[in-house]
Amino acid sequence: MSLLTPDAGLLFWMLISFGAVFFILAKYGFPVIVKMVEERRAYIQQSLDAAKAANVKLEELKRESDAIIASARAEQTKILHEANVFRESILSSAKEEAGKLTSKLIDDAKKEIEREREKSMKMIRNQVADLSVDIAGKVIRRELEADDAHMDLIEKYIKETTSIKS
Amino acid sequence: MIKRVRYIVCFLLLATIGFSPCRIYGQEIDAKKIIFSHIGDSYGWHITTWGERKIGVPLPIIIIDHSNKLNLFLSSRIEEGSVYKNFKIADSGKFAGKIVEVGKSGEITRPIDISLTKSAFALLLNSIILISIILFVARWYRRKPLMPPTGFVGAMEIFIMDINDNVIKPSIGENYHKFAPYLLTAFFFIFINNVMGLIPLFPAGANTTGNIAVTMVLALCTFFVVNISGTKQYWKETVWPEVPLWMKVPLPLMPLIEIFSVFSKPFALMIRLFANIMAGHAIILSLTVLIFITVAMGPAVNTGMTVISVILSIFMNCLELLVAYIQAYVFTMLSAIFIGLSQVGRRNVETC
Repeated sequence: MSLLTPDAGLLFWMLISFGAVFFILAKYGFPVIVKMVEERRAYIQQSLDAAKAANVKLEELKRESDAIIASARAEQTKILHEANVFRESILSSAKEEAGKLTSKLIDDAKKEIEREREKSMKMIRNQVADLSVDIAGKVIRRELEADDAHMDLIEKYIKETTSIKS
Repeated sequence: MIKRVRYIVCFLLLATIGFSPCRIYGQEIDAKKIIFSHIGDSYGWHITTWGERKIGVPLPIIIIDHSNKLNLFLSSRIEEGSVYKNFKIADSGKFAGKIVEVGKSGEITRPIDISLTKSAFALLLNSIILISIILFVARWYRRKPLMPPTGFVGAMEIFIMDINDNVIKPSIGENYHKFAPYLLTAFFFIFINNVMGLIPLFPAGANTTGNIAVTMVLALCTFFVVNISGTKQYWKETVWPEVPLWMKVPLPLMPLIEIFSVFSKPFALMIRLFANIMAGHAIILSLTVLIFITVAMGPAVNTGMTVISVILSIFMNCLELLVAYIQAYVFTMLSAIFIGLSQVGRRNVETC
Protein backbone atom coordinates (compact mmCIF):
# COMPACT_ATOMS: atom_id res chain seq x y z
CA MET A 1 0.00 0.00 0.00
CA SER A 2 1.45 3.31 -1.01
CA LEU A 3 2.40 5.68 1.77
CA LEU A 4 0.97 8.88 0.40
CA THR A 5 -2.38 7.73 -0.97
CA PRO A 6 -5.00 7.42 1.70
CA ASP A 7 -6.74 4.08 1.65
CA ALA A 8 -10.53 4.27 1.39
CA GLY A 9 -11.13 1.41 3.80
CA LEU A 10 -8.92 2.95 6.46
CA LEU A 11 -10.54 6.35 5.87
CA PHE A 12 -13.90 4.71 6.54
CA TRP A 13 -12.72 3.08 9.77
CA MET A 14 -10.94 6.23 10.90
CA LEU A 15 -14.12 8.26 10.33
CA ILE A 16 -16.12 5.74 12.32
CA SER A 17 -13.68 5.42 15.20
CA PHE A 18 -12.89 9.13 15.47
CA GLY A 19 -16.55 9.99 15.08
CA ALA A 20 -17.52 7.57 17.83
CA VAL A 21 -14.76 8.81 20.12
CA PHE A 22 -15.74 12.40 19.46
CA PHE A 23 -19.46 11.73 19.92
CA ILE A 24 -18.97 9.91 23.22
CA LEU A 25 -16.23 12.02 24.72
CA ALA A 26 -17.68 15.37 23.64
CA LYS A 27 -20.95 14.42 25.27
CA TYR A 28 -20.05 12.40 28.36
CA GLY A 29 -16.30 12.86 28.76
CA PHE A 30 -14.49 16.15 28.50
CA PRO A 31 -17.31 18.64 29.21
CA VAL A 32 -18.13 16.75 32.42
CA ILE A 33 -14.52 16.77 33.56
CA VAL A 34 -13.88 20.39 32.60
CA LYS A 35 -17.15 21.51 34.16
CA MET A 36 -16.45 19.64 37.38
CA VAL A 37 -12.91 20.96 37.63
CA GLU A 38 -14.09 24.49 36.98
CA GLU A 39 -16.87 24.09 39.53
CA ARG A 40 -14.34 22.86 42.04
CA ARG A 41 -12.04 25.75 41.25
CA ALA A 42 -14.91 28.18 41.78
CA TYR A 43 -15.79 26.40 45.00
CA ILE A 44 -12.20 26.59 46.25
CA GLN A 45 -12.00 30.26 45.28
CA GLN A 46 -15.27 30.88 47.06
CA SER A 47 -14.06 29.02 50.14
CA LEU A 48 -10.84 30.99 50.14
CA ASP A 49 -12.75 34.23 49.85
CA ALA A 50 -15.08 33.17 52.64
CA ALA A 51 -12.12 32.23 54.81
CA LYS A 52 -10.51 35.57 54.09
CA ALA A 53 -13.72 37.39 54.94
CA ALA A 54 -14.07 35.31 58.10
CA ASN A 55 -10.51 36.17 59.05
CA VAL A 56 -11.18 39.85 58.54
CA LYS A 57 -14.33 39.57 60.60
CA LEU A 58 -12.46 37.66 63.29
CA GLU A 59 -9.83 40.37 63.38
CA GLU A 60 -12.55 42.94 63.69
CA LEU A 61 -14.24 41.01 66.46
CA LYS A 62 -10.94 40.62 68.24
CA ARG A 63 -10.28 44.31 67.96
CA GLU A 64 -13.78 44.99 69.21
CA SER A 65 -13.44 42.63 72.15
CA ASP A 66 -10.06 44.13 72.95
CA ALA A 67 -11.64 47.56 72.94
CA ILE A 68 -14.46 46.30 75.13
CA ILE A 69 -12.00 44.75 77.57
CA ALA A 70 -9.93 47.92 77.63
CA SER A 71 -12.95 50.07 78.28
CA ALA A 72 -14.14 47.65 80.94
CA ARG A 73 -10.77 47.88 82.59
CA ALA A 74 -10.91 51.66 82.51
CA GLU A 75 -14.41 51.53 83.91
CA GLN A 76 -13.18 49.21 86.64
CA THR A 77 -10.39 51.53 87.71
CA LYS A 78 -12.79 54.42 87.55
CA ILE A 79 -15.34 52.59 89.69
CA LEU A 80 -12.63 51.55 92.14
CA HIS A 81 -11.42 55.11 92.32
CA GLU A 82 -14.90 56.39 92.86
CA ALA A 83 -15.53 53.79 95.55
CA ASN A 84 -12.35 54.91 97.22
CA VAL A 85 -13.40 58.53 97.11
CA PHE A 86 -16.83 57.59 98.34
CA ARG A 87 -15.40 55.58 101.19
CA GLU A 88 -13.18 58.45 102.14
CA SER A 89 -16.11 60.81 102.10
CA ILE A 90 -18.25 58.42 104.12
CA LEU A 91 -15.47 57.99 106.62
CA SER A 92 -14.89 61.68 106.98
CA SER A 93 -18.56 62.46 107.20
CA ALA A 94 -18.99 59.71 109.76
CA LYS A 95 -16.12 61.12 111.74
CA GLU A 96 -17.65 64.56 111.51
CA GLU A 97 -21.00 63.24 112.55
CA ALA A 98 -19.44 61.36 115.43
CA GLY A 99 -17.57 64.46 116.50
CA LYS A 100 -20.76 66.45 116.35
CA LEU A 101 -22.61 63.83 118.31
CA THR A 102 -19.97 63.61 120.99
CA SER A 103 -19.73 67.34 121.33
CA LYS A 104 -23.51 67.50 121.56
CA LEU A 105 -23.48 64.76 124.19
CA ILE A 106 -20.80 66.56 126.08
CA ASP A 107 -22.80 69.76 125.81
CA ASP A 108 -25.89 68.01 127.04
CA ALA A 109 -23.98 66.50 129.88
CA LYS A 110 -22.51 69.86 130.70
CA LYS A 111 -25.95 71.42 130.64
CA GLU A 112 -27.29 68.65 132.83
CA ILE A 113 -24.44 69.09 135.19
CA GLU A 114 -25.08 72.81 135.22
CA ARG A 115 -28.73 72.22 135.84
CA GLU A 116 -28.00 69.77 138.59
CA ARG A 117 -25.50 72.11 140.03
CA GLU A 118 -27.98 74.94 139.92
CA LYS A 119 -30.60 72.74 141.49
CA SER A 120 -28.27 71.66 144.23
CA MET A 121 -27.11 75.21 144.64
CA LYS A 122 -30.71 76.20 144.99
CA MET A 123 -31.23 73.47 147.52
CA ILE A 124 -28.11 74.42 149.34
CA ARG A 125 -29.16 78.05 149.24
CA ASN A 126 -32.57 77.13 150.64
CA GLN A 127 -31.00 75.00 153.29
CA VAL A 128 -28.59 77.75 154.08
CA ALA A 129 -31.51 80.15 154.23
CA ASP A 130 -33.38 77.75 156.43
CA LEU A 131 -30.41 77.25 158.58
CA SER A 132 -29.74 80.95 158.79
CA VAL A 133 -33.35 81.57 159.48
CA ASP A 134 -33.29 78.86 162.10
CA ILE A 135 -30.20 80.26 163.58
CA ALA A 136 -31.58 83.73 163.32
CA GLY A 137 -34.81 82.50 164.88
CA LYS A 138 -32.94 80.93 167.70
CA VAL A 139 -31.01 84.08 168.23
CA ILE A 140 -34.06 86.20 168.07
CA ARG A 141 -36.18 83.81 170.28
CA ARG A 142 -33.79 84.40 173.12
CA GLU A 143 -34.31 88.13 172.90
CA LEU A 144 -38.01 87.82 172.46
CA GLU A 145 -38.86 85.20 174.99
CA ALA A 146 -40.50 87.73 177.16
CA ASP A 147 -42.69 89.18 174.58
CA ASP A 148 -45.63 87.01 173.56
CA ALA A 149 -46.54 89.06 170.55
CA HIS A 150 -43.15 88.57 169.16
CA MET A 151 -43.40 84.95 169.99
CA ASP A 152 -46.55 84.67 167.93
CA LEU A 153 -44.93 86.35 165.00
CA ILE A 154 -41.99 84.04 165.24
CA GLU A 155 -44.31 81.16 165.56
CA LYS A 156 -45.99 82.27 162.41
CA TYR A 157 -42.77 82.60 160.56
CA ILE A 158 -41.64 79.20 161.64
CA LYS A 159 -44.81 77.76 160.47
CA GLU A 160 -44.36 79.47 157.22
CA THR A 161 -40.86 78.21 156.85
CA THR A 162 -41.76 74.66 157.70
CA SER A 163 -44.60 74.80 155.26
CA ILE A 164 -42.20 76.00 152.66
CA LYS A 165 -39.74 73.31 153.74
CA SER A 166 -42.28 70.63 153.57
CA MET B 1 26.66 1.36 40.82
CA ILE B 2 29.20 1.99 38.06
CA LYS B 3 30.56 -1.51 38.57
CA ARG B 4 27.11 -2.98 38.13
CA VAL B 5 26.55 -0.98 34.93
CA ARG B 6 29.85 -2.27 33.61
CA TYR B 7 28.78 -5.86 34.33
CA ILE B 8 25.52 -5.35 32.52
CA VAL B 9 27.26 -3.87 29.48
CA CYS B 10 29.72 -6.78 29.37
CA PHE B 11 26.90 -9.27 29.63
CA LEU B 12 25.00 -7.57 26.83
CA LEU B 13 28.09 -7.60 24.59
CA LEU B 14 28.61 -11.33 25.23
CA ALA B 15 24.94 -11.99 24.65
CA THR B 16 24.99 -10.24 21.30
CA ILE B 17 27.95 -12.32 20.19
CA GLY B 18 26.33 -15.46 21.49
CA PHE B 19 22.82 -15.34 20.17
CA SER B 20 21.48 -12.74 17.87
CA PRO B 21 23.03 -13.15 14.46
CA CYS B 22 23.42 -16.94 14.21
CA ARG B 23 19.79 -17.70 13.51
CA ILE B 24 19.51 -15.71 10.31
CA TYR B 25 22.87 -16.42 8.76
CA GLY B 26 22.57 -16.92 5.08
CA GLN B 27 19.27 -15.12 4.73
CA GLU B 28 19.07 -12.01 2.66
CA ILE B 29 17.65 -9.13 4.69
CA ASP B 30 15.32 -6.81 2.82
CA ALA B 31 15.40 -3.79 5.15
CA LYS B 32 13.14 -1.69 2.97
CA LYS B 33 10.47 -4.36 2.92
CA ILE B 34 10.62 -4.86 6.68
CA ILE B 35 10.33 -1.16 7.38
CA PHE B 36 7.62 -0.42 4.86
CA SER B 37 5.59 -3.45 5.78
CA HIS B 38 5.44 -2.08 9.29
CA ILE B 39 4.81 1.54 8.40
CA GLY B 40 2.16 0.62 5.86
CA ASP B 41 -1.07 -1.16 6.51
CA SER B 42 -1.68 -4.91 6.26
CA TYR B 43 -4.65 -7.24 6.26
CA GLY B 44 -3.41 -9.49 9.04
CA TRP B 45 -1.46 -8.62 12.13
CA HIS B 46 1.90 -10.32 11.81
CA ILE B 47 3.62 -10.55 15.19
CA THR B 48 6.71 -12.64 14.61
CA THR B 49 8.10 -15.51 12.61
CA TRP B 50 9.34 -18.40 14.72
CA GLY B 51 11.54 -20.56 12.54
CA GLU B 52 9.32 -21.33 9.56
CA ARG B 53 6.04 -20.62 11.32
CA LYS B 54 4.44 -17.23 11.08
CA ILE B 55 2.73 -16.08 14.23
CA GLY B 56 0.05 -13.45 13.83
CA VAL B 57 -3.53 -12.49 14.41
CA PRO B 58 -5.87 -12.82 11.43
CA LEU B 59 -8.21 -9.87 11.03
CA PRO B 60 -11.62 -9.79 9.34
CA ILE B 61 -11.77 -8.90 5.67
CA ILE B 62 -14.91 -7.02 4.66
CA ILE B 63 -15.44 -6.61 0.95
CA ILE B 64 -18.38 -5.55 -1.16
CA ASP B 65 -17.76 -7.10 -4.56
CA HIS B 66 -19.00 -6.01 -7.98
CA SER B 67 -22.31 -7.76 -7.61
CA ASN B 68 -22.87 -5.72 -4.40
CA LYS B 69 -22.48 -8.80 -2.25
CA LEU B 70 -20.91 -8.51 1.18
CA ASN B 71 -17.98 -10.87 1.69
CA LEU B 72 -16.72 -11.51 5.20
CA PHE B 73 -13.77 -13.79 5.94
CA LEU B 74 -10.53 -13.89 7.89
CA SER B 75 -7.29 -12.59 6.47
CA SER B 76 -5.60 -15.95 7.08
CA ARG B 77 -7.43 -17.30 4.01
CA ILE B 78 -5.65 -15.08 1.55
CA GLU B 79 -2.21 -15.09 3.11
CA GLU B 80 0.83 -15.65 0.93
CA GLY B 81 -0.85 -15.36 -2.44
CA SER B 82 -3.64 -17.86 -1.89
CA VAL B 83 -6.94 -17.09 -3.58
CA TYR B 84 -10.23 -17.21 -1.75
CA LYS B 85 -13.54 -16.64 -3.58
CA ASN B 86 -11.90 -14.70 -6.44
CA PHE B 87 -10.09 -12.51 -3.94
CA LYS B 88 -6.35 -12.31 -3.49
CA ILE B 89 -3.71 -9.83 -2.45
CA ALA B 90 -2.10 -8.35 -5.54
CA ASP B 91 1.67 -8.87 -5.73
CA SER B 92 2.45 -6.08 -8.12
CA GLY B 93 0.91 -3.49 -10.35
CA LYS B 94 -1.42 -0.67 -9.51
CA PHE B 95 -3.01 -2.39 -6.53
CA ALA B 96 0.11 -4.02 -5.06
CA GLY B 97 -0.50 -5.20 -1.53
CA LYS B 98 -4.23 -4.66 -1.71
CA ILE B 99 -7.05 -7.13 -2.13
CA VAL B 100 -8.23 -7.42 -5.72
CA GLU B 101 -11.06 -9.29 -7.34
CA VAL B 102 -9.98 -11.60 -10.10
CA GLY B 103 -12.46 -11.68 -12.94
CA LYS B 104 -13.36 -14.67 -15.10
CA SER B 105 -10.93 -13.72 -17.80
CA GLY B 106 -8.16 -12.95 -15.30
CA GLU B 107 -8.62 -9.19 -15.27
CA ILE B 108 -7.97 -7.52 -11.92
CA THR B 109 -10.35 -5.01 -10.37
CA ARG B 110 -10.51 -3.39 -6.96
CA PRO B 111 -13.72 -4.04 -5.00
CA ILE B 112 -15.04 -1.80 -2.24
CA ASP B 113 -12.70 -2.78 0.56
CA ILE B 114 -13.59 -1.85 4.13
CA SER B 115 -11.54 -4.60 5.75
CA LEU B 116 -10.62 -4.22 9.36
CA THR B 117 -6.93 -3.90 8.60
CA LYS B 118 -4.14 -3.69 11.13
CA SER B 119 -4.37 0.09 11.35
CA ALA B 120 -8.16 0.06 11.46
CA PHE B 121 -8.13 -2.57 14.18
CA ALA B 122 -5.54 -0.60 16.18
CA LEU B 123 -7.61 2.57 15.72
CA LEU B 124 -10.70 0.89 17.14
CA LEU B 125 -8.73 -0.62 19.99
CA ASN B 126 -7.06 2.68 20.87
CA SER B 127 -10.42 4.43 20.64
CA ILE B 128 -11.91 1.96 23.10
CA ILE B 129 -8.98 2.46 25.47
CA LEU B 130 -9.29 6.23 25.20
CA ILE B 131 -13.05 6.19 25.74
CA SER B 132 -12.68 3.93 28.79
CA ILE B 133 -9.98 6.13 30.32
CA ILE B 134 -11.85 9.39 29.84
CA LEU B 135 -15.22 7.98 30.88
CA PHE B 136 -13.58 6.46 33.95
CA VAL B 137 -12.20 9.86 34.89
CA ALA B 138 -15.52 11.56 34.14
CA ARG B 139 -17.37 9.00 36.26
CA TRP B 140 -15.00 9.64 39.13
CA TYR B 141 -15.90 13.32 38.95
CA ARG B 142 -19.61 12.57 38.81
CA ARG B 143 -19.35 10.36 41.88
CA LYS B 144 -17.21 12.67 43.95
CA PRO B 145 -18.05 16.23 43.04
CA LEU B 146 -15.91 18.98 44.58
CA MET B 147 -13.31 16.44 45.72
CA PRO B 148 -9.66 16.81 44.75
CA PRO B 149 -8.62 13.74 42.74
CA THR B 150 -5.50 11.73 43.46
CA GLY B 151 -3.41 9.23 41.54
CA PHE B 152 -4.41 8.47 37.97
CA VAL B 153 -7.47 10.73 37.91
CA GLY B 154 -5.37 13.56 39.32
CA ALA B 155 -2.75 13.08 36.62
CA MET B 156 -5.44 13.03 33.92
CA GLU B 157 -6.94 16.19 35.37
CA ILE B 158 -3.61 17.98 35.15
CA PHE B 159 -3.20 16.70 31.58
CA ILE B 160 -6.70 17.67 30.43
CA MET B 161 -6.83 21.01 32.20
CA ASP B 162 -3.36 21.92 30.96
CA ILE B 163 -4.48 21.47 27.36
CA ASN B 164 -7.78 23.19 28.09
CA ASP B 165 -6.35 26.19 29.94
CA ASN B 166 -2.96 26.69 28.29
CA VAL B 167 -3.61 25.68 24.69
CA ILE B 168 -7.29 25.99 23.81
CA LYS B 169 -8.31 28.94 25.96
CA PRO B 170 -5.57 31.39 24.94
CA SER B 171 -5.71 30.34 21.27
CA ILE B 172 -9.45 30.73 20.75
CA GLY B 173 -10.38 33.29 23.37
CA GLU B 174 -13.89 34.13 24.54
CA ASN B 175 -16.11 31.29 23.34
CA TYR B 176 -13.58 28.48 23.58
CA HIS B 177 -16.14 26.35 25.42
CA LYS B 178 -17.83 25.48 22.16
CA PHE B 179 -14.66 24.02 20.61
CA ALA B 180 -12.93 22.56 23.68
CA PRO B 181 -14.53 19.09 23.40
CA TYR B 182 -13.42 18.68 19.76
CA LEU B 183 -9.89 19.89 20.41
CA LEU B 184 -9.49 17.81 23.57
CA THR B 185 -10.77 14.76 21.72
CA ALA B 186 -8.34 15.42 18.87
CA PHE B 187 -5.43 15.86 21.28
CA PHE B 188 -6.06 12.71 23.26
CA PHE B 189 -6.94 10.68 20.17
CA ILE B 190 -3.64 11.61 18.53
CA PHE B 191 -1.70 11.23 21.75
CA ILE B 192 -2.96 7.77 22.60
CA ASN B 193 -2.43 6.59 19.04
CA ASN B 194 1.11 7.97 19.04
CA VAL B 195 1.96 6.35 22.34
CA MET B 196 0.33 3.03 21.46
CA GLY B 197 2.34 3.06 18.24
CA LEU B 198 5.54 3.16 20.27
CA ILE B 199 4.74 0.09 22.36
CA PRO B 200 6.13 -2.81 20.34
CA LEU B 201 3.93 -5.63 21.70
CA PHE B 202 0.87 -7.04 19.95
CA PRO B 203 -2.25 -5.05 20.80
CA ALA B 204 -0.20 -1.90 20.40
CA GLY B 205 2.56 -1.14 17.96
CA ALA B 206 0.54 -0.40 14.85
CA ASN B 207 1.42 2.71 12.94
CA THR B 208 -1.88 4.62 13.08
CA THR B 209 -1.12 8.34 13.23
CA GLY B 210 1.73 7.71 10.82
CA ASN B 211 -0.84 6.77 8.21
CA ILE B 212 -2.03 9.51 5.90
CA ALA B 213 -5.65 8.34 5.90
CA VAL B 214 -5.82 8.86 9.66
CA THR B 215 -4.23 12.30 9.66
CA MET B 216 -6.36 13.25 6.66
CA VAL B 217 -9.58 12.63 8.59
CA LEU B 218 -8.25 14.63 11.54
CA ALA B 219 -7.17 17.50 9.31
CA LEU B 220 -10.53 17.46 7.48
CA CYS B 221 -12.33 17.67 10.82
CA THR B 222 -10.33 20.76 11.72
CA PHE B 223 -10.96 22.15 8.22
CA PHE B 224 -14.72 21.78 8.61
CA VAL B 225 -14.79 23.10 12.15
CA VAL B 226 -12.78 26.17 11.13
CA ASN B 227 -14.80 26.99 8.04
CA ILE B 228 -18.27 26.15 9.31
CA SER B 229 -17.84 28.12 12.52
CA GLY B 230 -16.12 30.99 10.69
CA THR B 231 -17.67 34.43 11.15
CA LYS B 232 -18.79 36.81 8.43
CA GLN B 233 -15.71 38.90 9.01
CA TYR B 234 -13.48 35.85 8.57
CA TRP B 235 -14.99 35.18 5.15
CA LYS B 236 -14.77 38.85 4.26
CA GLU B 237 -11.08 38.88 5.19
CA THR B 238 -10.57 35.73 3.15
CA VAL B 239 -12.39 36.80 -0.03
CA TRP B 240 -11.89 40.56 0.16
CA PRO B 241 -8.94 41.30 2.46
CA GLU B 242 -8.02 44.83 3.49
CA VAL B 243 -5.13 45.49 1.14
CA PRO B 244 -4.54 48.12 -1.56
CA LEU B 245 -7.10 47.81 -4.33
CA TRP B 246 -4.61 46.87 -7.06
CA MET B 247 -3.87 43.63 -5.23
CA LYS B 248 -7.51 42.59 -5.60
CA VAL B 249 -8.58 44.08 -8.93
CA PRO B 250 -8.25 43.16 -11.75
CA LEU B 251 -6.10 40.22 -10.72
CA PRO B 252 -7.37 38.81 -7.37
CA LEU B 253 -3.90 38.15 -5.96
CA MET B 254 -4.63 38.40 -2.27
CA PRO B 255 -7.98 36.58 -2.36
CA LEU B 256 -6.29 33.75 -4.21
CA ILE B 257 -3.55 33.52 -1.60
CA GLU B 258 -6.07 33.68 1.22
CA ILE B 259 -8.27 30.99 -0.28
CA PHE B 260 -5.22 28.86 -0.92
CA SER B 261 -4.24 29.24 2.73
CA VAL B 262 -7.69 28.00 3.79
CA PHE B 263 -6.76 24.67 2.22
CA SER B 264 -3.04 24.71 2.92
CA LYS B 265 -3.51 25.04 6.67
CA PRO B 266 -5.27 21.69 7.21
CA PHE B 267 -3.03 20.16 4.54
CA ALA B 268 0.02 21.16 6.59
CA LEU B 269 -1.63 19.69 9.67
CA MET B 270 -2.16 16.42 7.85
CA ILE B 271 1.38 16.15 6.47
CA ARG B 272 3.09 17.29 9.67
CA LEU B 273 1.54 14.67 11.90
CA PHE B 274 1.83 11.91 9.31
CA ALA B 275 5.46 12.65 8.45
CA ASN B 276 6.62 13.02 12.04
CA ILE B 277 5.15 9.80 13.30
CA MET B 278 5.98 7.83 10.17
CA ALA B 279 9.59 9.05 10.28
CA GLY B 280 9.88 8.14 13.96
CA HIS B 281 8.74 4.59 13.28
CA ALA B 282 11.05 4.38 10.26
CA ILE B 283 14.10 5.52 12.22
CA ILE B 284 13.53 3.13 15.12
CA LEU B 285 12.95 0.25 12.68
CA SER B 286 16.02 1.17 10.65
CA LEU B 287 18.15 1.13 13.78
CA THR B 288 16.78 -2.28 14.68
CA VAL B 289 17.24 -3.63 11.17
CA LEU B 290 20.83 -2.40 11.31
CA ILE B 291 21.64 -5.32 13.61
CA PHE B 292 20.51 -7.84 11.01
CA ILE B 293 22.10 -6.07 8.07
CA THR B 294 25.52 -6.01 9.70
CA VAL B 295 25.47 -9.76 10.32
CA ALA B 296 27.11 -10.26 6.95
CA MET B 297 30.03 -8.03 7.95
CA GLY B 298 31.29 -10.42 10.59
CA PRO B 299 30.80 -10.78 14.34
CA ALA B 300 32.99 -7.85 15.43
CA VAL B 301 31.19 -5.22 13.35
CA ASN B 302 27.87 -6.83 14.13
CA THR B 303 28.48 -6.71 17.89
CA GLY B 304 29.57 -3.08 17.75
CA MET B 305 26.61 -2.11 15.63
CA THR B 306 24.25 -4.03 17.90
CA VAL B 307 25.37 -2.07 20.93
CA ILE B 308 25.13 1.20 19.04
CA SER B 309 21.75 0.23 17.63
CA VAL B 310 20.31 -0.65 21.05
CA ILE B 311 21.58 2.56 22.61
CA LEU B 312 20.29 4.65 19.71
CA SER B 313 16.97 2.80 19.77
CA ILE B 314 16.55 3.63 23.46
CA PHE B 315 17.37 7.24 22.70
CA MET B 316 14.99 7.33 19.74
CA ASN B 317 12.20 5.74 21.74
CA CYS B 318 12.56 8.42 24.41
CA LEU B 319 12.61 11.06 21.71
CA GLU B 320 9.55 9.55 20.06
CA LEU B 321 7.71 9.64 23.37
CA LEU B 322 8.41 13.34 23.41
CA VAL B 323 7.38 13.65 19.76
CA ALA B 324 4.16 11.74 20.52
CA TYR B 325 3.22 14.49 22.96
CA ILE B 326 4.59 17.37 20.93
CA GLN B 327 2.79 16.37 17.72
CA ALA B 328 -0.53 15.94 19.50
CA TYR B 329 0.11 19.29 21.17
CA VAL B 330 1.05 21.02 17.94
CA PHE B 331 -1.96 19.64 16.08
CA THR B 332 -4.29 20.78 18.85
CA MET B 333 -2.64 24.16 19.22
CA LEU B 334 -2.65 24.93 15.49
CA SER B 335 -6.25 23.74 15.17
CA ALA B 336 -7.16 26.01 18.07
CA ILE B 337 -5.32 28.93 16.49
CA PHE B 338 -7.06 28.37 13.13
CA ILE B 339 -10.40 28.21 14.89
CA GLY B 340 -9.48 31.33 16.86
CA LEU B 341 -8.65 33.14 13.60
CA SER B 342 -11.99 32.14 12.12
CA GLN B 343 -13.74 33.62 15.15
CA VAL B 344 -12.50 37.11 14.32
CA GLY B 345 -15.02 39.80 15.20
CA ARG B 346 -17.22 37.52 17.26
CA ARG B 347 -16.19 39.17 20.50
CA ASN B 348 -17.07 42.62 19.19
CA VAL B 349 -20.48 41.37 18.13
CA GLU B 350 -21.07 39.89 21.54
CA THR B 351 -20.05 42.95 23.49
CA CYS B 352 -21.94 45.42 21.28
